[in-house]
Amino acid sequence: MSPTTQHATERYLAEFQTFERDHPASMWLAGVRRRAIERFASLGFPTVRDEEWKYTDVTPVANLAVTPIFRANLNGDAARISGNLPFGDIAGHRLTFVNGHYSPELSHLETLPAGVTVSSLAAAFENQNEVVQEHFGKILDAENESFAALNTAFAQDGAFVQIPSNLQLETPLHLLFLTHGEGAPVSHPRNLVLAGDNSSVTLIETYASTGEGVYFTNAITEVIAGKNARVEHIKNQMESPKAFHIATLQIAASRDSWVRSHTVNFGGRIVRNNATAVMGDEGGEVTLNGLVVGKDAQHIDNHTTMDHAMPHCLSHEHYAHVLDDQSNGVFNGKIFVRLDAQKTDAKQSNRTLLLSRDAQINAKPQLEIFADDVKCTHGATIGQLDEDALFYLRARGIPEIAARNILIRAFANEVLDGIPVEDLRQKLEAMLLTRLS
Amino acid sequence: MLLEIKDLHANIEGKEILRGINLTVNPGEIHAIMGPNGSGKSTLAAILAGRKEYEITQGEILFEGKDLLDLEPEERAGEGLFLAFQYPIEIPGVNTQIFLRAAVNAVRKYRGQEDLDAMQFLKLVKEKTKIVELSDQLLKRSVNEGFSGGEKKRAEIFQMAMLDPKLSILDETDSGLDIDALKIVANGVNALKSPEKSTVVITHYQRLLDYIVPDFVHVLYQGRIIQSGGKELALELERAGYDPIKAQFAEAV
Repeated sequence: MSPTTQHATERYLAEFQTFERDHPASMWLAGVRRRAIERFASLGFPTVRDEEWKYTDVTPVANLAVTPIFRANLNGDAARISGNLPFGDIAGHRLTFVNGHYSPELSHLETLPAGVTVSSLAAAFENQNEVVQEHFGKILDAENESFAALNTAFAQDGAFVQIPSNLQLETPLHLLFLTHGEGAPVSHPRNLVLAGDNSSVTLIETYASTGEGVYFTNAITEVIAGKNARVEHIKNQMESPKAFHIATLQIAASRDSWVRSHTVNFGGRIVRNNATAVMGDEGGEVTLNGLVVGKDAQHIDNHTTMDHAMPHCLSHEHYAHVLDDQSNGVFNGKIFVRLDAQKTDAKQSNRTLLLSRDAQINAKPQLEIFADDVKCTHGATIGQLDEDALFYLRARGIPEIAARNILIRAFANEVLDGIPVEDLRQKLEAMLLTRLS
Repeated sequence: MLLEIKDLHANIEGKEILRGINLTVNPGEIHAIMGPNGSGKSTLAAILAGRKEYEITQGEILFEGKDLLDLEPEERAGEGLFLAFQYPIEIPGVNTQIFLRAAVNAVRKYRGQEDLDAMQFLKLVKEKTKIVELSDQLLKRSVNEGFSGGEKKRAEIFQMAMLDPKLSILDETDSGLDIDALKIVANGVNALKSPEKSTVVITHYQRLLDYIVPDFVHVLYQGRIIQSGGKELALELERAGYDPIKAQFAEAV
């Protein structure tokens, strides 16, 4: 444990005492939380000497003197916030959480088909939901991941989604996490998504804030896709420019399931996404795509893992970085092909467009292959805007800024084009250009 | 006078490429600029279109009396100058049709004209693709990506038709084309000919000039126009090559 963050670790431990006293939970949950805080106590915060955190120094995150806000307080701002919800007008169901807590007044649930559960995790905890108890934290590695342990220790609320077998949920489900108020709030949103056999669902997560302040979001989303299930997942990370955002996406893909996730990063001062997909049975297909749009001194780190545990699974991965000013990108893409995972087909690419001399990327593909009859490819490119293409567009009358935007959009669209919710895709494309202008 | 180049000198990386070019193009005229490799033909085209890597050390270029060197590439396009690239650029991810509509509406805006709406634009596309016998399937692809050599050159002429320039510069548009593709390109250029519009054809081969008949032929050599004449000059070059002219020039210098 690093001495610079030891104090921070101790502060969280002390805070846990208060938290536990003020928020009594069921025996089961209290036990889960306590085991997690014990793991966190022994792990502490990671340092740049940990290989997994080599390029991302979380000292500022750890040392942020956060105010624990255990209840959402809209201070009468609900009407104003409600009118300006990020992607508030895209069609579908919406669960909104303020500072990590479910806010019924900012949510919008249409009639759901019978058997579908979309609720706050707090309510499920309260009811001692057995399905939650069976699956919560089971596919996650909270034993060895500090932030996952920390989230689990303070887990209170988030979304619980359960789609029964054979049900196709047509309308997207939007989980919106807002941070509101002054004083560096911290939240640990926790989502559990269970897609039954042969079901399908489209899930959108958005992380944003109502202000420009400093805060820390430490989120976890667990997605368990049943046999032959189809899950589309989109995560929009557009936190305040001063915010810290650390998140884990953990996917378990069952036999013949199909899971596709898109992560779009606009926001945050220091951002770290861990996305892991375990293909635990034959015939699974997983896509992890990402777009990173960095400016000013933002630091955005994406660590992905495609874990091929069984034969005949496919994985696709494409990460695009557009980095301006002094922004920093980190991409680490692991592919594991286990001994049993014959006939694996894994593709990974990451491309970076550097728009300024001071922008920087650390890209690292990491392939560990133990089976001998597999296809694995990876590629990484780093470059600037193509001057010849820029000149060609300008020579056809297109002004320089518009020409640059056309090229940047073309680059980012390799990721955005795959986003299945059309009105969301268009909004993200427009945000990309506003962001870089 | 549409274009007036006066005593133009240009360097790249300290090396002098153009050493005093003089050329005047009036409305309605077709000029051919010929010359051996390395004589400065493509440099001249690039400077006219607005590439910035050349340093102009002397002279000026006037386009309808305006100082062309003062204008950005997009402003030159707006004024009515068009360069058909020797090597058209492939731009992955940028749809040809969307690119063209952006280009057409950008020059229209520059010229104080209304934007074309989707319907008007498609009508114009339909009309102009015919001129160069270009399949509209190509327009659904990314700009020039995966086009054959001939398709790229025809696409350049198609873009030229769409942008309605006053002066078109064809930079070795004939290079690498078979005779059928060459005829299509030449027919396209001829179809767009008018008393107000002018064309400068830069070429290595006389062959193109059988189909696009020039009013004037100039020979560019070592950064200068060393001889000018009518279309018969091209035929003479075809017959005797550049050596006699080079020799004459060497004596004169």
